[in-house]
Amino acid sequence: MKTLLVAEYRDGKLLGTSSELINFATQMGAESAMFLVGSESVLPNYAGKLYLADIGQAGEFNPSLHKQLLLDVIAKEQPQLVVLPHSSYGWDLAPRIAFALKAAQISEVVEIKDGNMVVPSCNSKLRRQVKATTNITVVTLQGGAFTPVDDPSGTPEVIKVEVTAGGDIQFSGYEAAEAGGVDLSKAEIIVSAGRGIGKPENLAIIENLAKALKGEYGASRPVVDAEWADQSRQVGTTGQTVTPKLYVACGISGAIQHLAGMKKSEFVLAINTDKDAPIGEIADVLAVADLKQLIPILTEKLNAL
Amino acid sequence: MKILVCIKQVPDMESKFKVNAAGNWYEETDLAWRMNEYDEYAVEQAVQLKQQVGEADLTVLCIGSDRVKETMKKALAMGCDRGVHILDTESHLKDPYAIAFLIAGYAKDKGFDLIFTGMQSQDRGSAQVGVLIAEMLGIPSLTTLVEFSYADGAINAKRELEGGIKAKVSCATPALVTCQLGLNTPRYPTLPNIMKAKKKELISTPVADLNPEVSLLEVLQVAPPEKKGGGLILEGDPADLADQLIKILKEKTTALA
Repeated sequence: MKTLLVAEYRDGKLLGTSSELINFATQMGAESAMFLVGSESVLPNYAGKLYLADIGQAGEFNPSLHKQLLLDVIAKEQPQLVVLPHSSYGWDLAPRIAFALKAAQISEVVEIKDGNMVVPSCNSKLRRQVKATTNITVVTLQGGAFTPVDDPSGTPEVIKVEVTAGGDIQFSGYEAAEAGGVDLSKAEIIVSAGRGIGKPENLAIIENLAKALKGEYGASRPVVDAEWADQSRQVGTTGQTVTPKLYVACGISGAIQHLAGMKKSEFVLAINTDKDAPIGEIADVLAVADLKQLIPILTEKLNAL
Repeated sequence: MKILVCIKQVPDMESKFKVNAAGNWYEETDLAWRMNEYDEYAVEQAVQLKQQVGEADLTVLCIGSDRVKETMKKALAMGCDRGVHILDTESHLKDPYAIAFLIAGYAKDKGFDLIFTGMQSQDRGSAQVGVLIAEMLGIPSLTTLVEFSYADGAINAKRELEGGIKAKVSCATPALVTCQLGLNTPRYPTLPNIMKAKKKELISTPVADLNPEVSLLEVLQVAPPEKKGGGLILEGDPADLADQLIKILKEKTTALA
């Protein structure tokens, strides 16, 4: 089997996902080549053929042009699998490629089982094993699902891809994450509020526990989207990635995007009414309880210590 | 201006899911159904655009059994003008390609200036259907939007990337955009608007009349994830639980040191 791995590059940096793509190909026992719209000055560690289109010419975000460049390489390499990260770049580009090839696309692969792809459904409460009926398949990989133990090594053999102008989308730069607020990445203790707090008034319960533990409070995305907490408090893929000594997840079911932002915490305590919530998969301790009852008692006892 | 918004009805994600008898999806009984959360933002943005431009016709489209009409009524009460229901009791067995093919087939000769979809569904989460519809129609698509504005046939928007960074993008209409959570604040339908929505056009067309395509994906198995051992599960009286948790925090962490 032959795979074509699509690495990503943004704002002068090669993104770390290329090592996950390489590890996926290894797990599939497949040959690989790589495609990158990037720069010759920052190459991935990879012992293989790298088709490189210059980002200065092809643009940082120009999906219809990137699609065309990638299709040209696919025509040359004839892979059975085209592999992208399930990221803002990958999930945008993958269906464009899949449609052009009339290929099946399998999104957010978390595991390979008996040679088939496993993908999550329903907030990771179910997993589906799926199989493509087409000769060529496009897959996107869930971030972190294929992180290798050891980083890959080697220097790629660079094959330059010629770029002709084109594209129907104009990109005009990045906007940095909102500055100010709290830097949760340095906090040693974080108590986070999820949708399970029910209403904005209950955020105080979480803040009080954070104070009792001398830590900061954080929040999951739904709490931030509902404007119950400031965006600078958000933990997860689109917020901050945190590595505290203690992470207390309160009323957080454990969506993948949230787990990605906190799973490297040293100790995770989850408080949730649902014993089967996905947060239980990574929590060291799951207290099955209504946070509105348990946390005030816990806070009081902590303050009395 | 002609606007289309595509929505999906999904179960409440807090539900307990059981695998169905055929082993290819979840059991649909005993679930509470609602509008896919991402699509609420799509409907809201479409309604705001209609209000902005004044002269606009806004269609909401949904595929599924008769049950999905409840969710379509919510979209009509939020401000959509008409509903197009593709009646398909087997839509849960279709893959993103087959779903997009149905929608593109409906939209292709209707002259929509703008098509809104959610960036993904909460139950499948493939993030494919919106982009596939645009590719099938040969129009540009902007995905994962957290800001949207329209003026004089052009869209200016911001895409959400990882780590809170946004990319500023623009394109000309006709186009399709997929909406991320937080794009706007979806409105709650008011009682008068719920009453008005009952009189709005909502036409069901059987899927067989629409020249459906076969799926490119086959589902082999659906199952809950294997428990990886996981941690300690504690249950019981809140006061006892609190004591147990303090003991654990003292023994296993430095948080109380």
